Formats: sequence, C-alpha cells, structure tokens
Amino acid sequence: MLSVTHTEEIEFSPALLAQFSEIVSRYPEGKQKSALLPILHLVQAEYGWVSVPAMDKVAQFLSIEPIEVYEVATFYTMFFLKPQGKYVLEVCRTGPCCLVGAEKIMKYIEQKLGVKEGEVTADGQFSWRGVECLAACGFGPVLQIGPEYTFYENLTEEKIDKLIADLKG
Amino acid sequence: MGRKLLIEHINVPGINTLEVYRQKGGYRAVEKALKTMSPDDVVEEVKKSGLRGRGGAGFPTGMKWSFLAKPEGVPRYLVCNADESEPGTFKDRHLMTYIPHALIEGMIISSYALGANVSYIYVRGEMMPQIRILEKAIAEAKNAGFLGKNILGSGYDLELYVQPGGGAYICGEETALIESLEGKRGNPRIKPPFPAIAGLYNCPTVVNNVESIAATVPIINDGGEEYAKIGVGRSTGTKLISASGNINKPGVYEIELGVPVEEFIYSDEYCGGIANGKRLKAVVAGGSSVPILPANLVMKTANGENRLMTYESLADGGFATGTMMGSGGFIVFDEDQCIVRNTWNFSRFYHHESCGQCSPCREGTGWMEKVLHRLEYGHGKLSDIDLLVDVSKKIEGNTICPLGDAAAWPVASAIRHFRDEFEWHVKEPMKSQSTNYGLANYAKPIEKAVAAEEK
Repeated sequence: MLSVTHTEEIEFSPALLAQFSEIVSRYPEGKQKSALLPILHLVQAEYGWVSVPAMDKVAQFLSIEPIEVYEVATFYTMFFLKPQGKYVLEVCRTGPCCLVGAEKIMKYIEQKLGVKEGEVTADGQFSWRGVECLAACGFGPVLQIGPEYTFYENLTEEKIDKLIADLKG
Repeated sequence: MGRKLLIEHINVPGINTLEVYRQKGGYRAVEKALKTMSPDDVVEEVKKSGLRGRGGAGFPTGMKWSFLAKPEGVPRYLVCNADESEPGTFKDRHLMTYIPHALIEGMIISSYALGANVSYIYVRGEMMPQIRILEKAIAEAKNAGFLGKNILGSGYDLELYVQPGGGAYICGEETALIESLEGKRGNPRIKPPFPAIAGLYNCPTVVNNVESIAATVPIINDGGEEYAKIGVGRSTGTKLISASGNINKPGVYEIELGVPVEEFIYSDEYCGGIANGKRLKAVVAGGSSVPILPANLVMKTANGENRLMTYESLADGGFATGTMMGSGGFIVFDEDQCIVRNTWNFSRFYHHESCGQCSPCREGTGWMEKVLHRLEYGHGKLSDIDLLVDVSKKIEGNTICPLGDAAAWPVASAIRHFRDEFEWHVKEPMKSQSTNYGLANYAKPIEKAVAAEEK
C-alpha cells in the first residue's frame, strides 16, 4: 500500500540527479524507463524509503506517468513504501536457512529489539523483517542490511548481540 | 579430484582483479575469439560443447543462440540472468563475488557470437555488493581495451552494463526479466513471440544464466570437443552445485557431471556427510522447485542403479521416482527435519513470489500455503492431503510461466514420497507439535520389484 501521509514536495540534489542521468545513458534513446529500478534504489538509499512525492519526481524526471512508478515500486519487495528504522535487518526465512535455525534467529531478533516484524524501535534505529531466499543458503542463517546490502552469515544469538551493539555505536 | 574449469583459481589472492585474472590465463578466450574466429565459429564451438543452460531448464545453449533472429539494421541483445533466487542456489553469487572477470570475459565472447553491441547483466537487487564488484571489473576491462569501441582492433564494439533488480523471484523467468529491465513489473510475457524474435525493446534477445556464460570461456580456450569429453552422455562439462542444509561442508562445488550422488553427499571432497552425526532423510537436488526425494531414491534409481549427478540420471524414473538437475541447488535434510513444515515453507515462498497474472497460480499458491499451514500446526484433515494434490494438479501446466509448475512440484512430490508423514500430522496433531516423524523408512533400500510397479 502506498503511504500518502507524506505529501511535502521533494527536490533531488544535483549530485543525485547527475547519477540519474548517468544511468539513463545506459539505454537506447527513448528507453529511459529502463532506469526506473536503479533510480528507485538510489532514492531509497538517500531517503531510507520511497515516498509518493519522491516517486512523482522520478516520474517527472523519466517523462513517464506517476502510475508507472507506483506500479513498479509496489511490485518489488525491496522498496519500502513507508519509513523504516535507520537499520533494517532483513532475515532470510526460506527453507534452506530454516534447516539451520533461521526461525530461532528471527524470534531472537524480535525479542532483542522488542518490536514485531515491520515495526520500528522507539529510538527510530531499527526495524526487521523476514524476507525470501537471499541466495546464500550455504551460509545460513543470513541477514542483510541496506542500502549497501551488507551480508551477515552463519548467524548465532551472539553474533546478533554484537551486530546490534556495533550498529548502535 | 575432478577438473575445475570455472572456479579453479578461486582461492588465488587478487583473482578478482584484472591483473591476477590475466596472469592465470584470463581474457585469452576473448583474444582467441575476436582475433581468430568468426561469430558463427564461436556458436559452433558452443554447440559442439553440448553445454546446457545452467539456470535450471537445461536447454542446449548453442541451440538457443542459433534461434536468434538477425534482421538487418535491428540491434540484438544479450542479457545475463544473474537474478539468482531459486531457494537452495547460490553459485552465481559465488562466481560473481570471487571471479567477476570470468563472467565479463564470457559476456564479451557470447555478445560477439550473437552480434550484440550492448549487453546487460541483470543482477538481483539484494546483491548490491556483487553489483559494485562487477562494475569495478567492467571498468578495469574497459580500461584494458576488452570493452568499448574496436575491441583489440577487431572492429567489434561492446558496451556492458549492470542492472539491479528489485527483489522478485519471478524476474529469473526470462521474459519477466526483460520486462523488469524495461522498467516494468516482472510479469512474464505470453510466448510466442520468444525473446529470440522479440525480446528486450522488442528486439531479438538471448537471456543466459551467469554460469552458462562463464562456461563459454573454457569452451573457447580448449574447444567444444574437449569440453564435451567431460561428463556423461548429454550431460557434458562441469557444473557448479550449491550445497546447503544439514551437511558438514556447505558451499559451492564444481563437479564433473557424472559424480554419484552418494559420493557428492558423503565424500570429504564435497559435502563431507551429514552434520552432527545424523542420518540423511531427504534431498532437494536442484533448487526448491524440483521434486524432493527420500534418501533411498536419491542414492539409487528405482531400478537399483547408482544415481549420478547428471541431467538424465537425476531425472531417471520421471516424477514417479526421479527429480531434476534444475539449477544445482542441492538441499540436504537430516532425520530431524519435518517434511510437512518444509513443504509449507516452500509453498509460502511461491505464494509470496507469484506475480499474480494467472489465477491458478495467484490463488492456488495461496490455497496450498493455507492448507499446509493447518496441516503443519495440527489442524488438518486427512482429506486436506488429497486436496493439496488436486490443487497442485490444477496449477501445473495452466499458467503463462513455469512458476506455477515450480510451486506445484514440491507439494506434489512431498506427498508422493512422504504421505505417511503428512497423515501422521493429522492423526497425531499434539505429538506433531512437540516432536517430529523422524527417518521412518525413508532411507530403507527399495525393493526393485516394488519400484518397478510404482513406475
């Protein structure tokens, strides 16, 4: 579902717009819509999520209709349609990781952060969710943290403790 | 030790850099192809090699290439499918992380063979680190004159770009991948027309898996005939197998096709046996979509022959007693694992990943998840088991793309081989919550006569 709670206009920085233009140059003329997914990733890296005003600006930049952006952003699971914690722990919940304890790890993270899947901690620092197979089945349980999608493998409760402590700084 | 053609040098420090990759013989194949061979010669070598698509379908790569339409004045595209998302599969990530130039070298050779001047590597969005690695490697290759205008003075031009996905399993299906690369939702297209006629931007397009493309490097270096000498019958060459689950040594292994399954599981060269001293219960041999097999049927075919890691041997017995090579995602289950729970988990995955275009898949995957959930949590009825079989049959073959089949097969095969475990969940709902069904008879050698009847 698209969030319409945030309506204030957004201006992309010149640096971000320069990156957008470089991406558009990778495709044949008139096929600039191909840049949509890479651009949405950049927007999310900048703002932490993808808001409706941001999507409207992207549509304007690519000379496409806003609905063409909405339908894409709502289809792909990597795009957050509402604000998240500063760090989103995305834990693989698919078969092979569950054979080696992913479900226990998710329960532990829920207990440790004190928030349910998809919710944000009171200090705004963390949220977490289960995601489908991350293609690292031999090193499970695994989790990733955007926007760089750093990987944490062979997770244990101790490793979760350390990771969260490190992120808190 | 089997020969290694793709990841022989994976442990060499710095192999991710152009310099070290070249010291180990890298980019020789590009020089050979561009300086001494015509594009058609390259296609011929790949045909001779017998290479079959490593993404899952196993379709001969050379033949796929020869279908590419070549109308005058229309660009052609090669798109590498690096959207690796099939549960149990992580070989492409491995290759791109450690030897990115193997993929780039393969992309240059393959693009040359197909006459593509712009090619894309579509990498699943979660693999942002791999995207950075590939972009760096592309810059290095371009700097050294292996990409760009007039490569090595051959007159051939190629630009190579990396495209991130957005987290959608369906984009591994080639027409969904093309839609996604065009900036749209990943809804598979109705075929025909096939991508070879009308693919990316409505132009002739070939979509190949990472490993297939990387395999063209040894094929060009050594010749297609040499490559075809490795393996058994129509399963030629080497294959990357992603091994996961309850084994001592999970990881990515390059095998010569033809290694016995038993050796793959128990030899120290590969999986190193079942972890924690447990016994083997079941294997999903080719990624979550392929039929699951109990221990007895994965080691031996129904005729009592040793099952081998080849396309043909894994498929021996059809779906009654066999499975598929698929993407080579080899998932191992020990005796403590619950087949009902795993089947529910997989069905949740397919429900989550269904694009929603075709109602049998959109609705059916949700129904299967729901029914399996109640069986797993002790609220199921015996009739639910047949209901699942019924739903799976009505999905299979009735959808635009193979995701429907991929969702149906794990459920149908789990019930085919583990029906008593499903029944136990219904008959012992309380017990099934606190303990598991265990190994039962799943490792007991099968009598030949019984198996023949089952066939």
